[in-house]
Amino acid sequence: MALRALVGVKRVIDYAVKIRVKPDKTGVVTDGVKHSMNPFCEIAIEEAVRLKEKKIVSEIIAVSCGPQQCQETIRTALAMGADRGIHVDVSGKDYESLGPFQVSKILAALAKKENVNLVLLGKQAIDDDCNQTGQMTAAQLDWPQGTFASEVKVEGEKLKVVREIDGGLETISIKLPAVVTADLRLNEPRYATLPNIMKAKKKKLETVKPSDLGVTLASQVQILSVEEPPQRQAGVKVQTTEDLVAKLKEVGRI
Amino acid sequence: MEMAHPLRGEVVQLYKNLLYLGREYPKGAHYFRDRLKKAFMKNRDVKDPEKLKELIARGEFVIKELEALYYLRKYRAMKQRYYEEDENK
Repeated sequence: MALRALVGVKRVIDYAVKIRVKPDKTGVVTDGVKHSMNPFCEIAIEEAVRLKEKKIVSEIIAVSCGPQQCQETIRTALAMGADRGIHVDVSGKDYESLGPFQVSKILAALAKKENVNLVLLGKQAIDDDCNQTGQMTAAQLDWPQGTFASEVKVEGEKLKVVREIDGGLETISIKLPAVVTADLRLNEPRYATLPNIMKAKKKKLETVKPSDLGVTLASQVQILSVEEPPQRQAGVKVQTTEDLVAKLKEVGRI
Repeated sequence: MEMAHPLRGEVVQLYKNLLYLGREYPKGAHYFRDRLKKAFMKNRDVKDPEKLKELIARGEFVIKELEALYYLRKYRAMKQRYYEEDENK
């Protein structure tokens, strides 16, 4: 059975950027900050491309939800080997409140519309660390899910997924169509090289609105405050054992 | 005017590819670009096709090295952030 894969790619602040919280505590500074594809989404794309190279997957559709700039993220996915892209245009207030629930509704609607039988996602994004989109998408579609995948094998009408769980690995067999979310050790994503980025510009990228898919973006979540983790206290140097004992007593350690 | 060298296109493409990769270089794109330019300028007078092919191959090798470097850097950062317990075992 030839599979058709839908892969979600999220545009996030680059992993190497030092995150700064906005003074009014409503979120983090994103203006003028380098963005790139969520590393776990890269792994998801890579897995789809490898399945295509093995002739198991026939078409890979890369999708990203967000503002215009998401198209760059989709281009990266296309450069890595996806066949075409769908940009779900979400901006302004809707983008600020866009969370796993809204994205899962979009992905589920697209999975049906594009008639795919495999949805591949990163297990979580490095910006909000939600780890919910894959699970919610599976629920919306009422499909089985293989989350935290460190190995994926197609066996006829089924998928064998090795999952990373606490203290070890779990191997499950799930029926297709299914949703799979990628863990860190699933594969080593290839680099989107300049020649491939250029070639990717010729690939089809369509833009749709959530309303075109019959999805409303109302959010039930209100962000009350975003704060930096507490600063690490500076250490002190002591000259003698007596000083050390005194200091430890001072901070109540002994 | 002398005719363009038949391998000129390849060299220019190699330079562009490296320049693109350099945008992500840990020490900064400027640092990378200066050294990249120096390395290419050093060999500007090379005309021998054999020697040129050798130099292009070296450039391709550097590309592979950079891709591996970026991959490992990202992988380590992810591992450290999300799988800290594994390291202590």
